[in-house]
Amino acid sequence: MLTRRNFIGTSGLLLASSALPHVALAQNGPLRLEITEGVIEPLPFALPTFIGQGEVAADISRVIAADLRGTGLFRQIPPDAYISQVTSFNAPVSYPDWQAINAQALITGEVENRADGQIAVRFRLFDVFSQAPLGEGLQFVGPVDSWRRMAHTVADQVYSRITGESGYFDTRVAFIHEEGPKNARLKRLAIMDYDGANVQYLTDSRALVLAPRFSPQGDRILYTSYESGSPQVYVMDVASVQRRPLEAISGGTMTFSPRFAPSGQTVVLSLEQGGNSDIYGIDLATGSRQQLTSSPSIETAPSFSPDGSQIVFESDRTGQQQIYVMPAGGGEGRRISTGDGRYGTPVWSPRGDYIAFTYQADGRFHIGVMRTDGSEQRLLTSSFLDEGPTWAPNGRVLMFTRETPGDDGAPAVYSVDISGRNLQRVATPGMASDPAWGPLQS
Amino acid sequence: MMISFLRKAPVVLLVGTMALAACSQGGFRGDDAAGGLGAAGAGAGGIGDPSSPAYFNQVIGDRVLFAVDQSTLSSQAQATLAGQAQWLLSNPEFTALIEGHADEQGTREYNLALGARRAAAVQEYLISQGVPASRLRTISYGKERPIEICSTEACYSQNRRAVTVISAGLGA
Repeated sequence: MLTRRNFIGTSGLLLASSALPHVALAQNGPLRLEITEGVIEPLPFALPTFIGQGEVAADISRVIAADLRGTGLFRQIPPDAYISQVTSFNAPVSYPDWQAINAQALITGEVENRADGQIAVRFRLFDVFSQAPLGEGLQFVGPVDSWRRMAHTVADQVYSRITGESGYFDTRVAFIHEEGPKNARLKRLAIMDYDGANVQYLTDSRALVLAPRFSPQGDRILYTSYESGSPQVYVMDVASVQRRPLEAISGGTMTFSPRFAPSGQTVVLSLEQGGNSDIYGIDLATGSRQQLTSSPSIETAPSFSPDGSQIVFESDRTGQQQIYVMPAGGGEGRRISTGDGRYGTPVWSPRGDYIAFTYQADGRFHIGVMRTDGSEQRLLTSSFLDEGPTWAPNGRVLMFTRETPGDDGAPAVYSVDISGRNLQRVATPGMASDPAWGPLQS
Repeated sequence: MMISFLRKAPVVLLVGTMALAACSQGGFRGDDAAGGLGAAGAGAGGIGDPSSPAYFNQVIGDRVLFAVDQSTLSSQAQATLAGQAQWLLSNPEFTALIEGHADEQGTREYNLALGARRAAAVQEYLISQGVPASRLRTISYGKERPIEICSTEACYSQNRRAVTVISAGLGA
């Protein structure tokens, strides 16, 4: 069990500046990144390797630094530039030494091996030019093998204190692991940490599986599987790996493209009968089914607004895919995508401010975002095949599938922030597709 | 106060699924060039035997092709399907699984729906030609099972297809 406690309240460690109003400091101090204003120059930070015995202190330090660097918002000052050496976690900070190397943020920490076999990770964040701590020191206690989660949690704290946004490092991503040639792909449902570490496979490769979706609580995954012979939506409990088809459907009927409602109690999906796909809602407790669209065209890819009141989806009722919004109870919907080309896979941001989508035109694919009324459309990426965006829980970063063309074409998972910067490939073991970002775990 | 807020990540065991493989089992597929029956020559059960699956797959043609985003049957497709219907009516011990496919130029969900629409178009046509609905099933593979793997129209046009996979006494 990993536990967290406030230094001041529990362990009697007093920060030198504990009398300062930390909240006010966080809001008014100079160490503040406004992500929406377009950070061009990443904020330089110093992160002396955490004090502690064994490799775990260095490992934790490395992961924290990688998390921060990976946002594109922070730049790590190389340790060989440091003037001060941090030899004790509680020693006073020599601010001029960090100012001299232009470190704006300083992160110090230590890892203690406890008698009970667990480790305690402590950290502090300092605003170097204000010469003051930014927020309180924190301690996390847990088993050694949860060290990555502890590192991500520290990085989430640092990110959150400096940007004012919640973090997204202590998260997991469900995805499809792929093997084999392009015309005989084997696919397995898998989950990983957001940075590609700790991959766990949840199905074998006997049945084709597609497009997982995390529950809002992160405890369950919806996905489409061919294990019964035809595509059907399954729900899997992540901890037990138990799965069941969402409902018994008759032969020749396909269910696909599921997504949880924000409550986690209802699922929306596409159900196909006689070649026609419409959107339905299914109550997970009762199994009762409600038809939400009724049209001879293809209606699919439903996604709830975070308040659960509306559903965005795609339809080809005009002859090509476009994006529509309807009330959660169903209806015709009003079209919000207005450009030429094809708009698909809309996903409502967890913040409610944007809808991400796949855009296809002139033989290229793009990931884009637009306001929920369709205005302010912005394309963030461009390639032979980009599709299927999924939001980080803070609504600032997207992951998606990018596939390369040709006989040896292969899919990989990429991330990009909503300004279109910081495009990165996520380090998966082998080919990967259909990422679904889960909630912040801590 | 100690607030418990993280739990050790659960141990996830790999479990086997009890499913059949995704491709039809026991079917006579034209997709697999090395499928055996297709190369069986002119004898009984071979391509020269009009009641053979090889004849169905290669002489009549087991597939029809579609335009981008479309499920409309061309006159050429209708002629192929009329031949398929006649064969199925002459060989009542066979059932058919109609696979709908799409090319890679589309999103995954949309292509699944599009494949279903194509398979249904073929099913409806076969029924209109007198084939009992009870002998026909459909499945969509979307863009998951391309037969040609290049990324040009030459391959895409072959992948936008519905394939009628016949089985002796299986399925349906």
